[in-house]
Amino acid sequence: MTVRLDRITAADIAAERERFPRMFAAAAAERVRVWLMWGSGTALTVYCLYRFGFLSQDFLHGVAKFAAIVVAQLFPPKGFEHLPLFMTVMGETIAMAFLGTLLGAALAFPLSFFASKNMTRSRPLQFGTRRFADLLRSFDYLIWALIFVRAIGLGPLAGIMAIAIVETGTFIKLYSEAIENLDRKQIDGINAAGGNGLQRIRFGVLPQVLPMMLSNTLYMFEHNVRSAAILGIVGAGGIGFLLADRLRAYELQEACLIIIVLILAVYAIDYLSKILRERLIGDQRRREPVDDAVQV
Amino acid sequence: MTATTTGSAQRRGSAARFASEYAAYRRQKKIYAFLFGTAFFVCVVAAGITAKFDLVTLAQGLPRTTDFLVKLVPPIALGTFAHDVAEWYWDLGKWLDSLLNTLLMAYLATVLGTALGGFLSFFAARNLARHYLIYWVMRRLLEIARTVPDIVWALLFIIAFGIGPLAGVLAITVHTIGAQGKLFAEVNENISTLPLDGIRAAGGNWFQEIRFAVLPQVIPNYMSYTFWRLELNVRSATIVGFVGAGGIGHDLFTSIQLLYFADAGAILLIVVATIMLIDMLSEKFRHSAIGKASFAH
Repeated sequence: MTVRLDRITAADIAAERERFPRMFAAAAAERVRVWLMWGSGTALTVYCLYRFGFLSQDFLHGVAKFAAIVVAQLFPPKGFEHLPLFMTVMGETIAMAFLGTLLGAALAFPLSFFASKNMTRSRPLQFGTRRFADLLRSFDYLIWALIFVRAIGLGPLAGIMAIAIVETGTFIKLYSEAIENLDRKQIDGINAAGGNGLQRIRFGVLPQVLPMMLSNTLYMFEHNVRSAAILGIVGAGGIGFLLADRLRAYELQEACLIIIVLILAVYAIDYLSKILRERLIGDQRRREPVDDAVQV
Repeated sequence: MTATTTGSAQRRGSAARFASEYAAYRRQKKIYAFLFGTAFFVCVVAAGITAKFDLVTLAQGLPRTTDFLVKLVPPIALGTFAHDVAEWYWDLGKWLDSLLNTLLMAYLATVLGTALGGFLSFFAARNLARHYLIYWVMRRLLEIARTVPDIVWALLFIIAFGIGPLAGVLAITVHTIGAQGKLFAEVNENISTLPLDGIRAAGGNWFQEIRFAVLPQVIPNYMSYTFWRLELNVRSATIVGFVGAGGIGHDLFTSIQLLYFADAGAILLIVVATIMLIDMLSEKFRHSAIGKASFAH
């Protein structure tokens, strides 16, 4: 049976609508639910706009002022005589990210075995390690930085420790997920050949998970360069200190130059890290770290 | 007889070849490992010198860190448990108000940022932008919005809008525009072009193409990214207060600056509980959004 489009009449459509009402429109309850969802979402948005002062005259003044700042006071960047200083401090920022990531990875590596279901017999230990990792991760870098600045004192060391602590949590999660996804057969092979626990890990586990761990670690290093750039705002070293200082002192053109240095450095690190990741991992299966663990 | 001799000679020959090639392979691997190890070691030392890494200061500081962490929780006796906890959370009303502010800041920034970023993403997708120049400029703008950290945006907005949550909302919004714009553009680039051709063949314009050919394909992914972004924005909203841009971060920052450690501990606990709860809820919603996606196909 062929149906010609120009022979379909309004009566045919009505008949079809009668037969299959759900093909033409969602059920009434479903429609009400969708409308309620959108309605309450919009109402909440409008309330928030009101609450935070978007709907007042001051907001428009602020927009005009911001536009004037961006157009007139931010550009052109100034302070090129300080460029060597800015670049040195940017180098310090990258070094902080590097050491923090490294320290976090070193701390997380042994703990990630306790956090993997297929490596730990004790369920409470596995569960406890996972929750411990979640706890470390749930404080932001800046909060840890604030704590370490109080304890260790101002300077990059506090920043390194803040990154290391958060990354310990992140890497425990990422590494243990990599370990849980591995292929059991290699370990069974080492077992059958009479290998002990250490040999099972060295020859059965590591060859499978190391590429992914390295890739994840490099990815987090990239990410931490961005994090390290703001830790200076609370005094934990790096370029954030200079940037916040210039912004608060209203030296906007110098701040603009610092932001440009920061953006270029982040680009460079992203580019290098991407090349390195591709070289290191080669043609083996590649997987980006799960999004949950990463804040972009 | 002769056949077997040549056969075993060949086998011996290939075994020797294998041995030599394997040795060469091992040698090469060792050289690579050595070079890589040396480069890595140089990097570690250079980074240590640049960032003034100092084990003595660290060793002195770590006990103080534990002291600090211990001071976050005031003495709570089992006998007077309720009273002690009430004492600890003496300013709960104000902190809960700040928390509400934080959550609403994150919500509004996510809504505004997602709406604007989603709109811009159609110009930042190679297959939808009408001109390469538009695509290129949009991509760079989104990159800048995302690369400048939200707390730096907050410092900039404070200059124009003054201290308060408004600057925080705007800062997180700009960062969200950059992040959502990029992620959504990548989703847009992975769609099937067949529905697009259909709308185009039926004489639809650019907006109709987006509405009827693109949106139905991308909405589930958008939803998933949006819940994830909401989760991240709650984290951001807790820290923009450090520079005066509103939210519970402000209370936390002042209590640590003024050495009210018990207050800081109480606020930190509220923050952690909130973030863990949001993580859980967001994960649940995201799974349900992805579940709908698999239904749609």
